[in-house]
Amino acid sequence: MNPRQPPGIRPRLVAAGLGTERHRQPFPHSQENAMANPFPHAQSASPISGPPSALEYASDRIFRAIALSAASVIIILTAYILWEVAGKAMPAIGDYGLGFITGTEWDVNKGTFGVLPEIWGTLYSSLLALLLGGVFGIAIAIFLTQDFINHRLATIFRTLIEMLAAIPSVVFGLWGIYVLIPLLKPGAEWLHDEFGWIPLFGSDLSGPGMAPAALVLAIMILPTVAAISVDALRRIPYKVKEAAYGMGTTRWEAILKVMLPTASSGLLAALVLGFGRALGETMALAMLIGNANQISLSLFSPANTLASLLASNFPEAGQVEVHALMYAAMVLLAITFLVNVLGLGIQQYTLRKFEGKK
Amino acid sequence: MNATAEALFVAEPFQASGDVVIDCKVDKIFYGDFLAVRDSIVPIEKHKITGFIGPSGCGKSTVLRSLNRMNDLIQVFRFEGNVMYHGQDIYAKKVDPVVVRRYIGMVFQQPNPFSMSIYDNVAFGLRLNRFKGDVEERVEKALRSAALWNEVKDKLKNSGLSLSGGQQQRLCIARAIATEPDVLLMDEPCSALDPIATRQVEELMLELKEHYTLAMVTHNMQQATRVADTTAFFSVDISQGGRTGYLVEMGPTRQIFEDPREQLTKEYISGEFS
Repeated sequence: MNPRQPPGIRPRLVAAGLGTERHRQPFPHSQENAMANPFPHAQSASPISGPPSALEYASDRIFRAIALSAASVIIILTAYILWEVAGKAMPAIGDYGLGFITGTEWDVNKGTFGVLPEIWGTLYSSLLALLLGGVFGIAIAIFLTQDFINHRLATIFRTLIEMLAAIPSVVFGLWGIYVLIPLLKPGAEWLHDEFGWIPLFGSDLSGPGMAPAALVLAIMILPTVAAISVDALRRIPYKVKEAAYGMGTTRWEAILKVMLPTASSGLLAALVLGFGRALGETMALAMLIGNANQISLSLFSPANTLASLLASNFPEAGQVEVHALMYAAMVLLAITFLVNVLGLGIQQYTLRKFEGKK
Repeated sequence: MNATAEALFVAEPFQASGDVVIDCKVDKIFYGDFLAVRDSIVPIEKHKITGFIGPSGCGKSTVLRSLNRMNDLIQVFRFEGNVMYHGQDIYAKKVDPVVVRRYIGMVFQQPNPFSMSIYDNVAFGLRLNRFKGDVEERVEKALRSAALWNEVKDKLKNSGLSLSGGQQQRLCIARAIATEPDVLLMDEPCSALDPIATRQVEELMLELKEHYTLAMVTHNMQQATRVADTTAFFSVDISQGGRTGYLVEMGPTRQIFEDPREQLTKEYISGEFS
């Protein structure tokens, strides 16, 4: 026993269940340790401090290996999917080239394939959804975080909104068909009659169309946008709020001039994720958008999106059409990729500009 | 009732020699059911620096923040008493706290610039008040007054958050004085700063008192002796079961530190308790 060890420490260690084999000897594992203890003489004060055991070192390495393999699986999987899709799309890419992207006709019998209407429909419906869902999502986030209602009520509200995300998209589709479209019809008719000269209302809503699809899409991305925006606004330190009110701002001035700019990078992330979700959404759109191969500004015309084209045409597609569909899938992938890169770029820019981060 | 009233210590009111800008009479300040501060009369004199000192939890920050209704941000906060500012009680029903804060500015313990450019930070209050004149000139003036101009004049477009801690605090002071408020409250403005930045802020305060009235909370007694003209010493009373802060003594700084009337003040000044 070390002579400098305080006499009282032994009974206390035993009482705490620490007076076991390992603690009785200063460094019981120093023999089998992978890393030798570089301070074998530093035991004078008490035997409590010591190097991690071999087991602890091993579990450290095992954990690192698990984390690394989990990360690589994702990368490998993504690369594999890309490779497969690209491989299947190759014949179509060779056959149709860039004309595929500018073409407006999809006719299996004639063998002409073009996805411009679908690209238009995808972007148009997603932008409309982003506009609606983004405005409402951020408004909800402001409402829930800026002391409009008490904290418990806000938590309940937030849970309700997140439950929207749990509704299967086919249910949204059915709701759109049986509730939303009949509900929109009278209003759409009136708008078309009175303001038909505005391109947005240039046609009548005869059933499925852009408006119901975009509305449902907006509701579907709302939970994503709201939840991430709430987190972004909650992350603002209290001292920023104090600074704003300390300058003599009213509540709206504080929110518009200080809180929103401060949270801007997080809010942008919310919008980009929401937009990404809207681009890829398939089932509800396939049910609601009308699957019509046309480009129209009108909110009430049927249209089509890339994802819903894939979903509706795959089941009965022959060899040639499958290749074309795979090409369309590549186009969709490229669009989502571009949107994400663009979003990330804007986010980096705001981080640099507003928060001075390099 | 009378027995407790007699038992409670109440400081003698400080007779200010000059003009009093804010005459603060606290009866009771509550956070919910918790009595945070009681019976403190703190007049803030014009063109002087009033320092608030005292141990942790003595309510000095609470009293300071009551002077521009910053505590109203806390929902359970309740103020009993009155704070007379130019003949008007700022806690009167018809007074909007937003207006109070436009005349009585504040600098906080932690530097808290907005996440926008240095220029926009300083111009914030000017734009808020729909200032019609030359914003650029005012921004420069405020930054010069805050002794920051030379360091930032070439990077006004950079984010305020890219500055060092001491620079950020001086930026916050520039932001507060850009609109030339009547009174500037400072809640431990140097506690997050290193000695060099602290010294710069202190020198700045001495210059600012030519044009402004200042009140400052500090944990650092040397700082109080260096900058404060008048010092208010608060202590915390645990005899009533809670932890209630109250004013022990207020007077010219020299008198408080060299010849305190109260035994409690003497003990605190000499470091016998904190």
